[in-house]
Amino acid sequence: MKSQALAAEGRGLLRSRNTVTGAQVVKKSKWRAILRNYELYIFLLPALAYIAVFMYAPMYGVLMAFKDYNMAKGVMASPWVGLENFRRFFAGYNFWTTLWNTLALSLYYLAATLPLPIVLALIFNNIRTGIFKKSVQMITYAPNFISVVVLVGIMKILMTPETGVFNVLLTKFFGAGVIDVFGKPEYFRHLYVWSGVWQTLGWNSIIYVAALAGISPDLYEAATIDGASRLQKIWYLEIPSILPTAVIILILNTGSVMNLGFEKVYLMQTPLNLAVSETIPTYVYKMGVIAGDYSLATAIGLFNSVVSGVLLVIVNFISKKFSETSLY
Amino acid sequence: MLAIRKNKVREPLEDRVFAGVSYVVLAALAFICLYPLYFVVIASISDPDAVYAGKVILWIQGFTMMGYEKIFQNDSIFRGFFNSVFYTCVGTIINLAVTLPAAYALSRKDLVGRRGIMILFIITMYFSGGMIPTYLLIQNIGLYNKPIVLLLCNALVVYNMIIARSFFEQTIPDELLEAARIDGCGNTHFFVRIVLPLSKTMIAVVALYYAVMHWNSFMQALLYIDDPDWKPLQLVLRDLLISTQAMAQFMQGDESIVMQQKLVNVMQYGIIVVAILPMMVIYPFVQKHFVKGVMIGAVKG
Repeated sequence: MKSQALAAEGRGLLRSRNTVTGAQVVKKSKWRAILRNYELYIFLLPALAYIAVFMYAPMYGVLMAFKDYNMAKGVMASPWVGLENFRRFFAGYNFWTTLWNTLALSLYYLAATLPLPIVLALIFNNIRTGIFKKSVQMITYAPNFISVVVLVGIMKILMTPETGVFNVLLTKFFGAGVIDVFGKPEYFRHLYVWSGVWQTLGWNSIIYVAALAGISPDLYEAATIDGASRLQKIWYLEIPSILPTAVIILILNTGSVMNLGFEKVYLMQTPLNLAVSETIPTYVYKMGVIAGDYSLATAIGLFNSVVSGVLLVIVNFISKKFSETSLY
Repeated sequence: MLAIRKNKVREPLEDRVFAGVSYVVLAALAFICLYPLYFVVIASISDPDAVYAGKVILWIQGFTMMGYEKIFQNDSIFRGFFNSVFYTCVGTIINLAVTLPAAYALSRKDLVGRRGIMILFIITMYFSGGMIPTYLLIQNIGLYNKPIVLLLCNALVVYNMIIARSFFEQTIPDELLEAARIDGCGNTHFFVRIVLPLSKTMIAVVALYYAVMHWNSFMQALLYIDDPDWKPLQLVLRDLLISTQAMAQFMQGDESIVMQQKLVNVMQYGIIVVAILPMMVIYPFVQKHFVKGVMIGAVKG
């Protein structure tokens, strides 16, 4: 009792002191908190310096999309040209093909890489844990760590017409003719997408396996008592439980739709498949780094970011409407 | 007991079919993932003629190390390999030195302005200046064609910092800090002596992520490094495996064109093996750490 009374008195005292000086005290204590933890701000310094120089400074450079950039003058002093750079891009003879190639490749990639890891995770979740499962998981995760250069290198050498093992197997076991996969533009998209699936399928299933592991055992028990078969459990219990994860991943991937795979597209590009393999990121590289038309390349890059931003907002809106899952 | 055993429900037929199909699918998948890599390895130590004729499919034909002998005579591969080792080791140390202290500071609830600083970092995950402004910036600040650019331009990956921050938030209790404070321990001391030793697993995960990023990174070197002495392995590999003009240097001599082509192929198989070997050797041992990283990241995600 006595201690409570004392505490109440103490609180009263504190309050009265606060009312006297008001905001000043709050401000003072904030400064004191900052000073007391000054080391934490030193901890943050390198990271903040990094994003300031390598992330925020280039964002300011985006201004040159609206200017006629001149290296000697710098971004600030170069003359404004308004939307001239965009006009040049839109009026260019390959605007529509480049845009279409980017969208088609990305959407195809998205459509193939989104559902398959879910299927794989469901299979992993429904077989007995043991050496077999563990080793299959380990093997399927492995391609994720191969670099893009090596991946494209492997594809090129294995799919060489006549002598590559892909064509050897094709002719020996399936009786099919030799296919020059890299030489024909019609195979470019399939090759790009399915090699991506090969590389990321296992790794992308991890997140769903984790989500499946989080389902309460009570639900399984209830389903068993109701006589649900394995497939029914998958359909009525497991798929609904991982749907929110899948939707979040769909939204995140849509955000990067327009930016995916500069490296891989660039490496897989040959003069023969240019008609389908020229995408906005590779075009930016050629216009900017190779041709030196920095303003045009920046404008194209900015256009690309705006399109992906709009796609992100649209998909997020749709998913909010229908599944009540959204990023924000 | 007997009654229970009698009543035990046998798995319905449907379930057994499902399990059977699952095993077949998984086995096929594992084969598809492994076979290309396996083939590259056996082709690299087989007789070039047999590989060329399509006789090598499941096992080595006419063992030879010819391809590797040629590779080890080649300066550019050697140099690229050691450059990549250098970029990976030094780069990862820089990454950790930037990431871990920042992540710890942001995990502290008593950090004034925590939310605002966090937003500054998160914005960079969704917006960027793009390829060209960044490229021009690198040129303007005089980092172009200097090896240090590859160490600095990826000094921090915000996603990895968030993994580290979540880990600190979940595993370092506030009471620990209170207790250390009472004993007169400052923030730096606390971080170095107590927090870091308690976070060894997470540090391993983040270090591995960064190391793989450095080893595999290609675009930055393509954009910022022109000096052949400082090219990382991935760039050298691009020249030898994909644009293939560089392979012409091995095609001199008095062998016939077909023979030269065979030699080049065997060398390319060997080069791929050299490029993925470091990864494949350590992968089985560190695989579970990679998976752990996904889990820590997903909790927050």
